[in-house]
Amino acid sequence: MAIEVRIPTILRTYTDGAKAVDGSGDNLQALIDDLEGNHPGIKDRLIESGDLRRFVNVYINDEDVRFMGGLEAELADGDQVVVLPAVAGGAR
Amino acid sequence: MLTIDQATYDAIVAHAKRDHPDEACGIVAGPEGSDRPERLVEMVNAAGSPTFYEFDSTDLLQLYKDMDARDEEPVVVYHSHTATEAYPSRTDIGLAMEPNAHYVLVSTRTHGNNDGPVEFRSYRIIDGAVTEEDVTVVAQLLPRESEESTP
Repeated sequence: MAIEVRIPTILRTYTDGAKAVDGSGDNLQALIDDLEGNHPGIKDRLIESGDLRRFVNVYINDEDVRFMGGLEAELADGDQVVVLPAVAGGAR
Repeated sequence: MLTIDQATYDAIVAHAKRDHPDEACGIVAGPEGSDRPERLVEMVNAAGSPTFYEFDSTDLLQLYKDMDARDEEPVVVYHSHTATEAYPSRTDIGLAMEPNAHYVLVSTRTHGNNDGPVEFRSYRIIDGAVTEEDVTVVAQLLPRESEESTP
């Protein structure tokens, strides 16, 4: 079962420069655990204290996982996952 | 050094003035690896705040899909500070996630929505290290190398 995961520039150090990698899992948590096996260190960039990092956006088939149960969001073969760091900041 | 054309520079400044006192934000995309800021994309500040900006998550995905389809990357990521200097804050530094981008800061603190000069400064922000760079504004960007070499 393959799920395509699009990797942002900043995290390509974990994927030997690859823009996309394949992973597997029946929900987002399982997928990230699977990615960690092949790309050690990437999990810590996505998850903090057991939840998705506030300034990392993850989409399943173009939908923000925050509206799909976060790490519990279900996945199926052929789904596409996109990871994008938030573009954010501010004066404080 | 950031080299940017006058029209794009003016549009970024106009956006910052228009959205004052809230922070304005956006990017200038260009071909991957070219370091050419060619296509301005003004973004909505989903935070709608004078002290914070964040691209809306749906807009963010669309933006990156559009860039992907065009083989582009964000050459410039810009936002405004509306009451403080045009220097990256700790928040800006901590959240800077585009190692190839020029981070442009515009400060509208002096003239707000009105005419008048603004601070327009550019930085590299990599792994928490901030390096200011010169900004050169040109009438137009030079033609792309591939175009120059066409017989």
